[in-house]
Amino acid sequence: MLTNFFFTLKEHQVPVSIPEYLTLLEALKSDVIGPNIDEFYLLARSALVKDETHFDKFDRAFAAFYKGVEAATGPGHEIPLDWLQKQAELNLSPEEKALVESLGGWEELMKRFRERLEEQKGRHEGGNKWIGTAGKSPFGAYGYNPEGIRIGQDKSRNRSAVKVWDAREFRNLDGDVELGTRNMKVALRRLRRFAREGAADELDLDGTIDKTARNAGYLDLQLRPERHNAVKVLLLLDIGGSMDEHSRLCSELFSAARSEFKHLQFYYFHNCVYDFVWNDNRRRHGERTSTWDLMHRFNADYRLIFVGDATMSPFEILRPGGSLEYMNDDAGADWLKRLTSVYQRSIWLNPTPEPDWGYHYTINVVRELLGGRMFPLTLDGLERGMKALTRKGSAR
Amino acid sequence: MRFTGSKTYVATDDLRLAVNAAITLGRPLLIKGEPGTGKTRLAEEVARGLGMPLLEWHIKSTTKAQQGLYEYDAVSRLRDSQLGDPKVQDIANYIVPGMLWQAFVSETPVVLLIDEIDKADIEFPNDLLRELDRMEFYVYETRQLIKAKQRPLVFITSNNEKDLPDAFLRRCFFHYIRFPDKGTMEQIVEVHYPGIKKALLKEALEAFFAVREVPGLKKKPSTSELLDWLKLLLAEDIPPEALRTDDRKSIIPPLHGALLKNEQDVHLFERLVFMSRRGA
Repeated sequence: MLTNFFFTLKEHQVPVSIPEYLTLLEALKSDVIGPNIDEFYLLARSALVKDETHFDKFDRAFAAFYKGVEAATGPGHEIPLDWLQKQAELNLSPEEKALVESLGGWEELMKRFRERLEEQKGRHEGGNKWIGTAGKSPFGAYGYNPEGIRIGQDKSRNRSAVKVWDAREFRNLDGDVELGTRNMKVALRRLRRFAREGAADELDLDGTIDKTARNAGYLDLQLRPERHNAVKVLLLLDIGGSMDEHSRLCSELFSAARSEFKHLQFYYFHNCVYDFVWNDNRRRHGERTSTWDLMHRFNADYRLIFVGDATMSPFEILRPGGSLEYMNDDAGADWLKRLTSVYQRSIWLNPTPEPDWGYHYTINVVRELLGGRMFPLTLDGLERGMKALTRKGSAR
Repeated sequence: MRFTGSKTYVATDDLRLAVNAAITLGRPLLIKGEPGTGKTRLAEEVARGLGMPLLEWHIKSTTKAQQGLYEYDAVSRLRDSQLGDPKVQDIANYIVPGMLWQAFVSETPVVLLIDEIDKADIEFPNDLLRELDRMEFYVYETRQLIKAKQRPLVFITSNNEKDLPDAFLRRCFFHYIRFPDKGTMEQIVEVHYPGIKKALLKEALEAFFAVREVPGLKKKPSTSELLDWLKLLLAEDIPPEALRTDDRKSIIPPLHGALLKNEQDVHLFERLVFMSRRGA
């Protein structure tokens, strides 16, 4: 019977392993709990699930197993809400936009939407009233979000455990950006460059023996600073346009990189680097940094990582004035050449799958410009990229 | 051996069950939760409740796994060799046992707290896999195997600053301490300040949960902040009426500095209060 439970968990993509399952059986054998489903739920959760971000999946799996029915939807896709919102805004016609404004803007609309959802849950209406009233394609799309749609039926009014897993109280913890960044951090570790700097507080044993011997056997302690990761990274991220579909992957990379490197500088660009980059997307037209300043401010010690899909019109990269946003005097290719000649250790990470690269002319152009140092944004690509970053490239 | 909560610590059913399962099977228990929900306190209370000594190992960003096992004090040995101390012949004199060693050699079972494991380097948990699983380690300097005489109860707390490796997680039981609801919160306060005026407590809790609801706070006040705040309220003898939130004039709770620890949060809070007052 419990074997089925184990496989139900697997089906719901709860990361469980055999030793953990055996631990649960061992606990049952040693009578940690009485014959009580509520206690079993708690015990199984603490033995099998090791991260609160998976509690929601576990609750769904448990409900499915308990009722013997499959939950209405499969494991939800993780799509960042703000991206979805933006996407929805793009798809709206001007009249619809006006309607949204008349309802009090996006915030208000989302708030109403949530209220409606609450209302529906409270009254047990099978109908999809909220779709009827505020029905517009964005809300349909919103349904992909695990936070949104499938909420179990709260049949019992008393606080029994059935309600606990049906209520899925941990549902908004699922899909945290931190999820799954450990692997990336481990890959980024390859780039660690240890250097001794700062206060000398570690005993240098070899040095001490050497000095002591030279000191005619009279003890002469030698201290040295501890080794720290001193690698410096400059991250340039393509943002907007065709990058939207990769936003989740990029934010994972970004959050892994931020906690791994002490010296991390990051700037954004759109499609290709031209005269300006910026640090804050909300103020991209106000607070821009000239690319020249960037090259002067951060010396050649920095390792440069571009993140972008390099998919654009050839004009944007090869011709002066090709930028979508303003009249650029120098072509994007010139800027890339300048950057790569300053930063000899540079790579380009591309979220587009590697086999598709051949279909985009500009990907190949950018790859050429970087001396072939373009890698896919996968764990394997990241590893290869980090390896490449430890050597100087033959930048052209 | 069962943990049932204590006079000074309110343990919910799920927490008790997780602790007891970990005790029965001798597995480490990993505790996560919002800061200030009593993760570290749990180990202290379990130790007191079961009458076992508590060993605390506080982790910092510079802590190495090796320091929990033992350290070789080369400086003293060099100094002693200088002075011609006969002790210097035996390297064992210069091996300083760490917290895990002390827990392993203890004749009675102990509670070992590894506090804030996420502060250490990303590889730190991996270096303790065998030690926590088999409860033994090898001392290379003296060629000695240190094995636990009594399996210690290991509590590990984490604030989620770093992900822990799967291999490490597989060996632990896990419990996430949820933020207490109003009923549990009343019990917790009762345990800390018995006989607190009912009226004051009710108003204070309402004000507290209202502050927690303020959107955009960098650090939401937690249980420990509530307890500090109540202590101040009691010390200042603030009347319960002063806390009532529907009173427009005194809508900012007195002594709110105990609840909000960040000047941006205080600003945000004051601005919201100002706006709602203007709207009224």
